[in-house]
Amino acid sequence: MEHLGLWVAAFLTLGIYSFLYRDNPWYKLSEAIFIGISAGYWVVTLFWDNFYGKFWVGHGEDPWLWVGAVLGFLMLLRLVPKIGWISRWPLSFIVGATAGLWMMNYFSSNIMLQVKDTIMPLFGSGYTASAYDIVGNIVVAVGTFSGLVYFFFSKEHKGAFGATAKVGIWFIMITFGASFGYTVMSRMSLLIGRMDFLFSDWLGLIK
Amino acid sequence: MASLGIIISLVIIFGGLVALFLRSVLGHEVDRRIIFLFIFIAVAAPILFPLTFSEKATEVVKGVFNKVESLPAGSKVLLSFDFDPAMAPEVQPMANAISRHCLEKGHKVIFMSLWATGQALLTQSLQDYILPGFPEKQDGVDFVNIGYKAGNEGVLNVIITDFRKMFPTDVNSVPLDSIELFDDISSAKDLDLVIAIGGGKPGPKEWVLFIGDPGDVPIGFGVAAVVAPQLYPYYPAQAIGILGGVKGAAEYESELMKTHVRFRYMDTPGLRMMGPQTLAHMVIMCFIIIGNIVYFRSRRREKQT
Repeated sequence: MEHLGLWVAAFLTLGIYSFLYRDNPWYKLSEAIFIGISAGYWVVTLFWDNFYGKFWVGHGEDPWLWVGAVLGFLMLLRLVPKIGWISRWPLSFIVGATAGLWMMNYFSSNIMLQVKDTIMPLFGSGYTASAYDIVGNIVVAVGTFSGLVYFFFSKEHKGAFGATAKVGIWFIMITFGASFGYTVMSRMSLLIGRMDFLFSDWLGLIK
Repeated sequence: MASLGIIISLVIIFGGLVALFLRSVLGHEVDRRIIFLFIFIAVAAPILFPLTFSEKATEVVKGVFNKVESLPAGSKVLLSFDFDPAMAPEVQPMANAISRHCLEKGHKVIFMSLWATGQALLTQSLQDYILPGFPEKQDGVDFVNIGYKAGNEGVLNVIITDFRKMFPTDVNSVPLDSIELFDDISSAKDLDLVIAIGGGKPGPKEWVLFIGDPGDVPIGFGVAAVVAPQLYPYYPAQAIGILGGVKGAAEYESELMKTHVRFRYMDTPGLRMMGPQTLAHMVIMCFIIIGNIVYFRSRRREKQT
C-alpha cells in the first residue's frame, strides 16, 4: 500500500512538473486531482472540527453557537438564486467582525510600535549602542522617511524633495531585490523537497 | 565518487552557461526550457552527490536559539505549526530542529496549529522525527499536542484570555484540565515563549498582533523565505528572532549541533538543502548576468544603427 502511495505521489509530482515543457493532459489531471483533494480535505476538516466538534457537541452548553449556526446556514442560501441576497447578511457580519478584531491590534502593533521602533536614538546619556547599531538606526530612519517621500504625489518630485524621493526609490529597489532573492530561495526549497522525494523515497537513489 | 560527480556536474553546468552566453551574444534566443534544464541539473547534482557547506548562525537566528537555550527547564513553550505540505520542505527542518531543542532543554512544549493541514504534519513530525529521539518524554507532562482549531486569528483572540475555551481537549480528546502541563496555564499570557512556524495567513504576523504585543509574550519566527522580508520590521522589538527559509533552518541546525553533543549526528535536512540551494542560486545569478549583458549589448547596437 505504501508503495502504491509513493507511485501515485511520484506520478502527480511529475505530472505537475510536465507543465514546464508545455500544457498537457497529464498536468491537467494532476492539477484537477490536487484542487479536488484540497477542497475535499477542507470540507471534511471544517465539518468535523466546526460543525460536529463545536456546534453539535456544544450547542446545549453555549446557546451563542446557534447564532453562528444560523449565520452559516444563511451563507448557504447563495446556492438558491432567488433568495441568494440573504447571504450578504452573514458576509457583512464577517467583514465587520474581522475589521473590528483587527483595528485595535493593527493600530497598536503595526502603526504605533512600528513608528516607535523606527525613531531610534543615535546617542544620549545612558544610551549605549555599537557603531553598527547606530549606522543601522540611521539607515532605518533615512529609508523610512525617503520611502514615504517617494509615495507623496501631491508635490512634484523636484529639487531637494525630488532628490529625497530618488533616495527612497533606491531603498525600495533594494527591498524588492532582497524580496526577490528570498522568493527564489523559497521556490528552490520546494523544488529541492520534491526532487529529494523523487530521488530518495521513490527511486531509492539516496540512502 | 561524490566529489567526482559534483565536479562533472559543475563542468556541465558552467560549460553550458558559457555556451549559452556565446549563443546569446550572437543574437540567438534562449528557450525557457533550457533554463529549466539547467536549474534541474543544478538542483539534482548536489542531491545525488551530496554537497554541503558549513553554516554560522547570524544574530537574527541566534535570537531564537539563545532564547530557547537561556530559558530555565520547565518553561512553557508553544510551537505553532502553521503550514501545509506545499510549504513543508522549507519549514519542516526548522520545526523539527526547534522542537528537539526545546525538548532537550527540558521545556514543557505545547504543539498546535492554526492550519487544518498543519495538524496532520504536526502529528506525523512528532511520531516520525521528534519523539523517537526522546523516549523518556511523557505526553501531557513534557509535551502536549492540542491540534488544530478553525477560526484563524479569532483562535488567538480567545486564547489570549482563556485557553480552555478554544481548546477544551488535546488532540486525543483528553480534557486540558486533566493534563499536568496545563496546571498553571490559563491563557497564552502564561507562556514563556511562542515560536510561530509557517509563512502564510494566519501565521507569524497574527501571533505578534494578537498574542505577542497585547500579552507581552516573546515571539520567535520560523518562516518560509518568501515572507521573511515582510517580517524583518518586527525584529528585534516585537520578535526575538527570525529563521528565514532553509538558510535559517541550516543555521539553527548548525548551532544546535555545535552546542549539544546529542545532536552532533542528527539528520540535518536544512544543511543538506543548502548545497542545491547554493548551486541553483549561482546558476540563476549567471542567467541574470547573461541576460543583462545581452540586453545592454543589443540596446547599444540598436542605438548605433
